[in-house]
Order: sequence, then C-alpha cells, then structure tokens
Amino acid sequence: MMKPSLLAATIVAASATYAAAGDISGAGATFPYPIYAKWADAYKKDTGAGLNYQSIGSGAGIKQIKAKTVTFGATDAPLTPKDLEAAGLEQFPMVMGGIVPVINLPGVKSGDVVIDGPTLAKIYLGEITNWNDPALKTLNSKVTLPDLAIAAVHRADGSGTTFNFTNYLDKVLPEWDSKIGVATSVEWPSGIGAKGNDGVANNVANTPGAIGYVEYAYAKQNKLTYADMVNAAGKVVEPTIETFQAAAANANWSAAPGFYLILSNQPGEQSWPLTAATFILMYKAPANVAESNEALKFFAYDYDKGADMAKALDYIPMPDSVIALVKKAWATDIAQK
Amino acid sequence: MTATAIQAAETASRPMDRSQALARLKFGDVVFRLMTQFSALLVLVLLLGVAVSLLIGSWPAFSTFGLDFFISDAWSPPKEHFGAAAAIYGTLVTSAIAMLIGVPVGVGVAVFLTELCPLSLRRPIGIAIELLAGIPSIIYGIWGVYYFKPVMQGYVQPFLIHTLGAIPGLGLLFAGPPLGYGVLTAGLVLAIMILPFVTAISRDVFETVPPVLKEAAYGVGSTTFEVVGAIVIPYTRVGVIGGVMLALGRALGETMAVTFVIGNATKISTSILAQGTTISAMIANQFADADPGLFTSSLLALGFILFIITFIVLAAARLMLARLEVKAGR
Repeated sequence: MMKPSLLAATIVAASATYAAAGDISGAGATFPYPIYAKWADAYKKDTGAGLNYQSIGSGAGIKQIKAKTVTFGATDAPLTPKDLEAAGLEQFPMVMGGIVPVINLPGVKSGDVVIDGPTLAKIYLGEITNWNDPALKTLNSKVTLPDLAIAAVHRADGSGTTFNFTNYLDKVLPEWDSKIGVATSVEWPSGIGAKGNDGVANNVANTPGAIGYVEYAYAKQNKLTYADMVNAAGKVVEPTIETFQAAAANANWSAAPGFYLILSNQPGEQSWPLTAATFILMYKAPANVAESNEALKFFAYDYDKGADMAKALDYIPMPDSVIALVKKAWATDIAQK
Repeated sequence: MTATAIQAAETASRPMDRSQALARLKFGDVVFRLMTQFSALLVLVLLLGVAVSLLIGSWPAFSTFGLDFFISDAWSPPKEHFGAAAAIYGTLVTSAIAMLIGVPVGVGVAVFLTELCPLSLRRPIGIAIELLAGIPSIIYGIWGVYYFKPVMQGYVQPFLIHTLGAIPGLGLLFAGPPLGYGVLTAGLVLAIMILPFVTAISRDVFETVPPVLKEAAYGVGSTTFEVVGAIVIPYTRVGVIGGVMLALGRALGETMAVTFVIGNATKISTSILAQGTTISAMIANQFADADPGLFTSSLLALGFILFIITFIVLAAARLMLARLEVKAGR
C-alpha cells in the first residue's frame, strides 16, 4: 500500500522539478534586475510561466549566452554588430535608466554640487584629488567645498555600469582613450574598488570625501547625495526621470544596426549625460526554438504591458517606435518555428 | 611432518574453523588497507590535478607575457595587458603586516593563559578565543568595513600621516590621503583573524611542557619571562611554528574580508595606507565576468602563483623545522 503512494509522490516531485526547469532562463546585467523581477512576477500571475534570471553581471551574461547555458543573456554593454554577426546573436534594447554621480561631503545635500564631464574624468584619472580643487570651485561658486581628499570609488568587478560610465568619460576627455579606455572592467589609476552597485553605494555612504557612480535606483534606495551634471549642451541638469527621458528621446535607434547605441552624452538642453540602455542577447537560430519563443513572448509582454511598472522603479520604457522596430527585427531575424 | 599432519587433521575435523575465519579477517584487513590507501592516493591525485589544470589554464598568460607577468603591475582588460606584481605584492605585504602583529600578540595571549592567568579566568578566555577562530571571514569583512574602516580613516591614518609620515624616508610608507581602505587596514583585519589560530595552538603546546622543567627553572630563581623564553618556547617551538604557518596560510589565502577593506586597486604604492589588492581578491572580483582568453587565463595564472606561494611557505616551514630538530639534537 505504501509503494504506490510513494511512487506518486516521486512523480509529483519529478514533474515539479520539470516545471521549474521549464522556466525561461536568462542571466546577466544587475542594473535591470529589479525591473526584470517585477515583470516576471506580473507575467507569472497572468500566464503561469516563470522566469529564472541570474543577475551575475553583464560580462558574465555574455559569457553564459555564448556558452548556450541560458535562453537569453542580458548586458548593459552592447555587443558590436561585428561581434553579434560572429556569434549569431540578435540584440535588442529592453529598458533605459540613468547613472548618477553620488558623493559624500559633510553638510552637502543632493543637487548642491555640480560636476561636468571633464572634471569627473580628471577625478577618476587621479589628477584632481581634493574637493577644494580650482576646477570644482569654479563649477560650484555657491557652496564652499571643504579641504578634503577625494576618494574616487569605482567598480572592482566587471560591470555594464562601468562600460557606460567610461564611455561617457571617453567622449568628454580626449586623453581618456589612450590612458584608460572603455570596457566593463578597466585599469583605474587611483581610487577605491568596490563590488557591485551596492558595494559602490556602501563605500560612498561610509567614506567622507567619496565620489562614486551608481544606477539611479541604488542612489535613491540608499538615500545617497547625488551631484548635478553639466550636459553636452552646457546646461546644468538634475538626475530625474524627465532628464533621463530627454536623453533617451534623442536616440535614433532606427539608424543603429544591431541596436548598437550608447546613450551617454546625448545632445539636448534637458538631457542627462549619463543615460544608458540595457540589452538582451538571443540566438538567431536557437537550439531550442520552443524555449526561445517563450522568452520572446515574455519580452513582448514587457514591452506591451510593462511600461508603468518600469516607470514606478525609475526606469524609462522603450518608446513605441523602438518597440515596433524590435518586433520587426524578431520577425525577420529569429527563427521561431 | 607430524606438525603438518596434525594441522591437516585439525582442519579436516573442523571445516568452518580458524584458517577460514582468519582468511575472512585477513580479507577485511586487505580491503580496509586498500580503501585507506586509495583515499591517501586520491589526495595526491587531486593536488596534482589542481596544479596541472591551473597550469594549463594559465599557460596562455605565461606564454604571452613571459617574465613581464611577474614584474608588471598593469591590469588593463581593454588593452589586454596583465601583470601579477600588484596582486603578489599586496598578498605578501598584507600577510606580513598580519604576521608582524598577530604572532607576537597571539603567543603573548597564550603565555598569559598558560603561565599567568588565574585558573578561574583560563576557561572563559580560552573558549572566547576558540569562538573567535570560528567566526566566518565574511563577518570580519563586514566588521572591517562598518566599524574598523571609519576608525582607521578618522583617527589612525591621520595620526600616522602626521607623525610617522613626516619623517623623511619612513614617511613614504605612511603617505597619502586617509581614505580608510588600504593595505594597512587589510593587514590589521587579517592580524585579528589569525590571532586565535596562533593563540589556540600555542596554548595547547605550552600545556605539554612538563611542569618539572618549569619548576626546576623557577627553583633556581628564574623570572616568569626567563622561564617562558628559556624553557617553554624552546620546548614547544615546533608546535608554535606549526601554528604560525597555519595562520600564514590563512592570511595568504583570505579573500572576502580583504576584498572588503583593501580598496581593490591594481597598483603598487610605497605607502601602506594606499589601496591595493591581493591575488584572491582579484580572482573573487573579476573571475565571474572575465572574457575567455587572456583575461581568464591571467586570473588562472594568479591562482597558480598563489598555489606556488603557499607551497613555498609550507616547504620553508618544513625545512626550518627539520633544521631546528637537527640543532636540538633530536
């Protein structure tokens, strides 16, 4: 009498494992993880299909999709059209957000301090080492900056945030390219390395004199003091969803093969200079078409119904015109049968 | 002849007896011996496997950069130029700072516990030290970041910069802005982490010193200091050195606590207040998303170097012990 019930239990357990294994599997960037998790939650309620997303970093996401261990990879650092071609991958932008410089200065509130691109680059090059440096004083005539050493906090791990940040510094300071370069992980000449967005946020929070760069959501959650920035048009802008959106609106996705587009230092009076998109990578000829189709259904759902959820978490949803472009690319590029 | 005949007769009369029972026991012995032998050999195979796979993985880095890999402190993924010098330097310097502070203090605590401490205090302090040894390293890391680092930044480092930093020459060691994170902070956290190892092992071996030796020394008028220096430590040096080496092994390989407080900068600086990195911190930070190719290979090469450093330390310890024993005439 025991045996049949045991057997039944085993079958139930086995099928439960099978159901979990049937979840859409993805891995990569940590920056969009909060919104992917929220979308997955809503999607599961509506359709019953789950998402298994490992937020292990952009570089690791690219590694995993190339090793074909996941159905999709996620990265903040887009692959070039040449790389995509070589790997047989399709790339599309999923959502956008802002990177903000966060600071820790006694008595200074968010928005009190203004920084421009070249000054930020020189801080990270180790050329500007004190908060009372003339370059910073000129930018901030209204606040008295203390005589305090600058602790420039950067990511110690490979990071899409670092990619977008160094891409921006590269655009605003000519010598950045020869000295440092643009990558998910670079050789910093000075400063403190910390692991993950939250590692940088923590280091800045407990180090007087620190400056760091984190995704907007992390600055907000950790109640960090942010600095305003001077954008490409020479205007001082505050990091808000409006300025992120202004930068995003400038982007011309239709002219970008493989959707390879980096949103830093966009023109426009209202544009936040450190805006970034995050991307999904999938195979054009997937080994498992059914799993690939399931993932595409999830992304279509996010595009169609996920905009408000994204805004609630301070991400910027992709504009409708871009969504139409992406869906057209899916139809022509990705084998769905 | 007769003996054999008797044996044969006995065997014949008792078919299920001694020889069979003995054979069965012998079979059990053989199986047990083979199993233990297999386990022992497995350790060797595993060790060799780890070394060989690390070497194969790190070969592209070694063959591309050659000797430059050991002397260059460049670590630039975009330019694909890697060097291990900064990581090796950080590993050795943090461990040296940890040993410099951890060993004398640890041995001192052990001396107090075995020679001077009132009996009623001995147990609670002993248990506290064993508990300290059991704290996971991540806890030390969190403590280091939230409690120890602000103290270093606010008080210790400014003090060092203004006093020792002002001395010409020596000042180079204590230069730079007080940012809290750095090689010295990591070394001090490591010192606290290895202290219980040194203390626990030293205390255990100090207790093996025959009381008669100590009593004799006291009897001829030695002070406690003389007894410890002339009787206790010479008698137990093999054990003490064993404990020190165990501690050094932990300091060299410690990952998380160091990563939290060292500042993760791939640079060599003359100042011990500056940020640095260690081999294990580099691997922990960068391995997950290193591109395949030279980047991954260079990280594996770092792992191989750590393996070799640890091996050299253990071999040196063995050699030192062997020499001491020869000198002591044992």
